[in-house]
Amino acid sequence: MTDDEGVQPVAGESRVTPDQPVPPAPAAARAKPTGWAALASALHPRATRAQVLAGILCAALGFAVVVQMRQASDSSLSDLRTDELVRLLDETSTRADQLSRQASDLQAEKAQLESGSSSRQAAIDAARRNAAMQGILSGRLPAVGSGVRISLQDPNGTIRPVTMLNMLEELRNAGAEAIQLGDQRVTASSAFTGAPGAVKLDGVTLTAPYVWLVIGDPDTIQTALEIPGGALAYVRNDGGTGDVAKVQHVEIDALRTLPEPKYARLAPVPTS
Amino acid sequence: MIAILGLAIGVVVGLLVQPTVPVELQPYLPIAVVAALDALFGGLRALLDGIFNDRVFLTSFLSNVVVAAFIVFLGDQLGVGTQLSTAVVVVLGIRIFSNAASIRRHLFRA
Repeated sequence: MTDDEGVQPVAGESRVTPDQPVPPAPAAARAKPTGWAALASALHPRATRAQVLAGILCAALGFAVVVQMRQASDSSLSDLRTDELVRLLDETSTRADQLSRQASDLQAEKAQLESGSSSRQAAIDAARRNAAMQGILSGRLPAVGSGVRISLQDPNGTIRPVTMLNMLEELRNAGAEAIQLGDQRVTASSAFTGAPGAVKLDGVTLTAPYVWLVIGDPDTIQTALEIPGGALAYVRNDGGTGDVAKVQHVEIDALRTLPEPKYARLAPVPTS
Repeated sequence: MIAILGLAIGVVVGLLVQPTVPVELQPYLPIAVVAALDALFGGLRALLDGIFNDRVFLTSFLSNVVVAAFIVFLGDQLGVGTQLSTAVVVVLGIRIFSNAASIRRHLFRA
């Protein structure tokens, strides 16, 4: 730091003005009591012009300092210069651009994830529906729904297996979706064997009355069974009787366990 | 004594009134404050030198403030306001330091 004391007066007030009386005391005598003494004499309150003037100026300075401090502490943008404001605006808009780009990226990612999960969910739903359908058709799962209940009386034991097969064919033609005879599920691989009066379904001998539980369109099935020359006519020809009742809620709970295919393997699905 | 009293009164008044600085004066007030501080230190040094003169003190105080503000104003008009404010603050800071050194020598003889 520059230390120009006694070398050259820098501040204007240290210049000795012409109207200022040069201190009469010699320099050596003046140098001794200066410092604290001069400060003390200056601090001594006197209503001189110099003191009042210094007081007023100091008051103005204190006021200005406090005002500026408050201004600096709570000023934000209003006292910035044009180029600073422009730079600030540039930075802010660049940052805003960045953030909005980031936001749109994230939104796209979110949409992608959502559509991915929804399509996965759709695939799962379809597979579940498919499995339920296959299970009902193959007799693996129980089924409920509207349908008919057919009971065949065979007082003389004369209903032939082929009559039962005919009945089954007629039901399938009429759109039956799930069929139970007695306590056995009737599926695609079911077979009627045996002799009149001792009809066997899949090797199990049935006893009269034969009760069919069928899920399907009740009206169609009933009409199909009762047409002249139809399934019920065959039953009557065999010496039995039968009646068909529409049921709103048919429960088919007989299940069939499917044997694991021994020779057939799943063919590779052609990738399209 | 009256000077210190005046300083205290100014601070208190500033705290109580809490004025808002007009927008067109806002760039100049900090520079003016620094210039006034410089004048104050100069006056204190002159006092210790035994050459204090109230007329010179008043003139230097006011002219320092006005010139400093004018320089900044000029810089603003020329488009170098920020740099010129820095320059003024640096110069005034150097002067304050040198005056403070002079005062220190008077008071502590070191």
